[in-house]
Amino acid sequence: MKSSVIIFPGSNCDRDMDVALKKFGFKNQMVWHNDPEIPKSDLIVLPGGFSYGDYLRCGSIAGKSKIIKSVIEFANSGGLVLGICNGFQILTETGLLPGVLLQNKYQKFICKNVYVKINNKENKYFKNIKKEILELHIAHNEGNYFCTEEEMKSLNDNNQIAVTYCNENGKEDEQFNPNGALKNIAGIFSKKKNILGMMPHPERMIDKYLSSNDGNFFFENLIENLK
Amino acid sequence: MDVNEKIAIDHGLKKEEFVKICDLLKRTPNLTELGIFSAMWNEHCSYKSSRIHLKKLNTKGKKVIQGPGENAGVIDIEDDDAIVFKIESHNHPSFIEPYQGAATGVGGIMRDVFTMGARPIANLNSIHFGSPQHPKTKNLLRGVVKGIGGYGNCMGIPTVGGQTSFDESYNGNILVNAMTLGLVNKNKIFYSKAAGINKPVIYVGSKTGRDGIHGASMASAIFDEKIDEKKPTVQVGDPFTEKLLLEACLELMAGKSIISIQDMGAAGLTSSSIEMASKGNLGIELNLNKVPCREEKMSPYEIMLSESQERMLIVLENGKEADAKKIFDKWNLDFAVIGKTTNTKKIELFFDKKKVAEIPINILAENAPVYNRKWKKTKLPQKIKFKKDDFKKLKITEVLKKILSLPNISSKEWIWEQYDHTVMGDTIQKPGSDAGVVRVHGTSKAVATSVDSSAIYCNAHPLTGGKQVVCESWRNLISCGSKPIAITNCLNFGNPEKEKNMGEFVECVEGINEASKFLDYPVVSGNVSFYNETKDKGIKPTPTIGGVGLIKDYKKMVTMNLKNSGNLILVIGKTEGHIDQSIFAINILSEKKGPPPVVNLFNEKNNGETILKLINEDLVNSAHDVSLGGIITAVSKMAIKGKKGFELNKPKVLINKFDYYFGEDQGRYIIEIEAKNLSNVQKILKDNLVHYDEIGLVAEKDVIIDKEPIIHIDDLIKSNKYWLEDYMDK
Repeated sequence: MKSSVIIFPGSNCDRDMDVALKKFGFKNQMVWHNDPEIPKSDLIVLPGGFSYGDYLRCGSIAGKSKIIKSVIEFANSGGLVLGICNGFQILTETGLLPGVLLQNKYQKFICKNVYVKINNKENKYFKNIKKEILELHIAHNEGNYFCTEEEMKSLNDNNQIAVTYCNENGKEDEQFNPNGALKNIAGIFSKKKNILGMMPHPERMIDKYLSSNDGNFFFENLIENLK
Repeated sequence: MDVNEKIAIDHGLKKEEFVKICDLLKRTPNLTELGIFSAMWNEHCSYKSSRIHLKKLNTKGKKVIQGPGENAGVIDIEDDDAIVFKIESHNHPSFIEPYQGAATGVGGIMRDVFTMGARPIANLNSIHFGSPQHPKTKNLLRGVVKGIGGYGNCMGIPTVGGQTSFDESYNGNILVNAMTLGLVNKNKIFYSKAAGINKPVIYVGSKTGRDGIHGASMASAIFDEKIDEKKPTVQVGDPFTEKLLLEACLELMAGKSIISIQDMGAAGLTSSSIEMASKGNLGIELNLNKVPCREEKMSPYEIMLSESQERMLIVLENGKEADAKKIFDKWNLDFAVIGKTTNTKKIELFFDKKKVAEIPINILAENAPVYNRKWKKTKLPQKIKFKKDDFKKLKITEVLKKILSLPNISSKEWIWEQYDHTVMGDTIQKPGSDAGVVRVHGTSKAVATSVDSSAIYCNAHPLTGGKQVVCESWRNLISCGSKPIAITNCLNFGNPEKEKNMGEFVECVEGINEASKFLDYPVVSGNVSFYNETKDKGIKPTPTIGGVGLIKDYKKMVTMNLKNSGNLILVIGKTEGHIDQSIFAINILSEKKGPPPVVNLFNEKNNGETILKLINEDLVNSAHDVSLGGIITAVSKMAIKGKKGFELNKPKVLINKFDYYFGEDQGRYIIEIEAKNLSNVQKILKDNLVHYDEIGLVAEKDVIIDKEPIIHIDDLIKSNKYWLEDYMDK
C-alpha cells in the first residue's frame, strides 16, 4: 500500500506520521507543498503542525496552497485522505469537511491522553477494528469543533461523526470533552467516508513505551482494509 | 553625534571603561563603535564579573566533546551519537513582557543547539515567580507558560521537563531559564570558529528590525520604576520562521559548504560576527547596506545592535553561495552575502560606501574588562533547637496533606499540559517525573534530562546549596535508571557589585564545582544572569542545573509510580532528620533560619551508583529521589502517580517521627521492590555499604502511616492536584 504525507512549511508531525505508516507496512513518500503533483497513492495524509505558522487562521493558508488542488481532486475521486490535528483544520478550510475548529474552550493549548469512542465502523478507517474505545493523544490549541445546526443535522443524517471524546468506559460526557467541541466531536468523515479529519494523534501512540499503543489498532486496521 | 562620557554611561558603560576604550582605540569611538563596545562589554556578553570564577569549573571528562565556549556543550552518548545541550536565562525580558520574553528565550536556546548541527529533541525550563499573592504573579506565570508553549509547540520539539517555584524574592525579578537538547552525529558538529581569508559571510533567516536594540544591555541592568519603558528592548519571536530556519540549516549542513556558523542571539550581528572572527583570529568586513532589513532607513548603529530573532551568520566556502541560496529560497528565507573574512584582525563596517566603524577584534573580545569583584563569605548558620513538644499536636497525615498542596510542592500539570511533550514520538517519560526521558530516535538508547535549583538552601548557605543542587540533578537522573553524564548551568544572581551577592555567586560556583568534580559530572555549557534586582532587592541565589544522562537500553528505564500492592518500600541512604530549611520547618513551623542539610559527596555517589546496579539487575519496580518534604512526601508522590496506597512504619531509629518523615537529608531515594527480591537487594546494598531502611508496603488504595487513622489515596491526590489550577483559573 502506498501513502503520501504532505509537508507544508511549519508541519511538524510529518516525521512521526512517516514512522507510523512505515511501521505498519505502508510504502510512504514525503511530498513537499510546492511539488507539482502527488505520486500515485492509496492514502494521502495531511499531518499535524503549524502550517505556514497558522498565523492567519489554522490551516487557512495551507487550504489555498499549490498542492492542495491535487489533494482535493484525489479526495473527490474517492481517494482516502486522512487529516490529523492541523491536517483536520486544513480539511475544514478546503471545504472537504464541514465545520471549523475554534480555539479551545479554556483558551489553552492542551497536550494529554484522551479516550475516544468509535461511532461508525462502516468505512475503510475503522471497519473490523477490534476496539470500541481508543486511548489517543491530543496536542492542540484549536480543537474545539463547531458547525451550523444544518451541518450538524447533515453530519448525523449521514453518519459522519467518526470519533467522540469519552471516558475509558465510553461515556460521552461534557467533563470528558477537553476543548469544548460540539457533541464531543473529535473527528468526522466526509459523506462518502473516504475523508477523515480528527484532532487526536494515533501516530504518537504506536508502542507500549509511549503512554499508550492504541494507535496500533488504528494503523493495523487501516492497512488491512486497504489491501 | 559626538560621543562623550555621558553617552557612554547611558549605554551602560562605566566611566573607567569609556576611558579604557579611548585608550585602546587611541581615539574617541563614533556612536556605532560605542554601541558595539557597549554590546560586547556588558555583563551578559562579556562575563566580566564571573569569568575568573567560571574558569575554575570542572569542564573536562571522558564523555565531553565540547565544553563551555561554544554555542552549546557537546557530550558523547556512544555509537557516533552526541548530545548538544545548554541552558540560558531570559529573566529580564520575561519580566517586562512575559509572553515574548519567554518565547524568545526558548527560540534562542534552540538556535544555540541547531547552530551546532544538532536537531533539537527536547526542551526543558526552570521558571520562578514571586509570591502567589503578589499582584503580578498570575499574569507573569500565564504569559511565560503561554510563551514557552507557543514557541516550543510550533517548533515541534517536545517540552519534557521543568521546574516551577514561587518565592517572594522573585516578586520584582522572575526567572525564566530555558534548556534544549539536540542530537547530532559526533563527526558532523559545526562550530563558530571562522577559518580562511576572503570567505563569504552570509546572513540568513528573518529580516532585521528595530526590536531588541540593547537587549543584552538591558539584561545587564537592575530594574527601577521605569521598567515598563523598556518594553521595546524585548525581542519578538516568530517560531514559524525558526522552524524553517532549523530545516534549512540542517539541509545546508548535510553538505560540506559551511566553514563556521553562529546564531545571532544577544547583541545580534555585533557579537556573532566578532565571535566568529575572534575565534578564527581573523578580521571581518561587512557591508551593512546588504543586510536584509524589515524597516526603512535603519542606521548602522541599529543594524548592528538589533536583536531581531531567527537569524544566523554563516562563513561559507567560496563558490558555494548559489547552492546554499537555493536551500534558503526553498524555505522562503532571506539569504544575503553581507561581507567577507579578512586578514586585518579588525571588524570593518561599511554603509553607503563609507567606512562607519573600524575596531581591532582583540580589543572587543580578549581585552574586554575582567573584574575580580569583592565578595563576602556566608557563614554556616547555627542549627535551630526546635521545641519537640510543638510537634506533638501535629498529625502526620494532616501535615502531609498541607505540604502536598503547597505552591512549591503541588502538581504542575496545569503548566505542562500546555506544552506539547509528545511530538517526535519518542517521549517515554513525561513532565511530572524525576526526569524527562526521550529515546534516541531509531536506537535502543534514551536520554534522561532534568532541571533543578534550590534557592532556599543556596540562600541559607551558598557553598552547601551549590553542592546540593548538582547532587539533586544527579539523583533525578539516577532515579529513572540513567547514568548521569554532564550538566549545564544557569547562574541567576543579584547585583555582583554588592559583596553579599557576589559572595553568593562565588560560593555557589565553588559548591557546584566541588560536587561536579566528585561525581565526575562536568559542566559543559552555561550562562550567567546577574542584576536580578529591583529597587535594591535582589533574588535569592538561584543556580539552575540542567543534567543529561544516558540509558543504554530504554526498556530498563524506571518510573516513579508505585506499581503493585504488596511490594516493599525501602529508603536508600541514611536519615538523620535534618529539619532546618525544610519545607516542614518553613511552612509548618514557620522557622526560616538554620543551615541547609549537609551534603556528603561520598554517600551521594555511592548511593547513586548502587541504585543503578539494582536497576541494571532488574530489581527495582519504581524509584524516586527524596527531596523537598522528605521521605513521606516522596512516597506520597510515587503513590499519587501510581494511584496506589501505602502502609509505612517508622523504623526504630532514635529520631522522632516528624524528623524522620519530613527531614530533608541528602543522598536518599525511595525504591519499590518485590518481596521475593529482598535478599538480593539487601546483599547488593550491604556489599556496597549503603544504608537502607525497610519502611513499608505498597497497598491497594489505603494510606496508613504509623497507625494513624486510615486515609484514601484519593485524599492525597486531591491535596496535590488542584492548587495551581484553582489559583490560575478560579
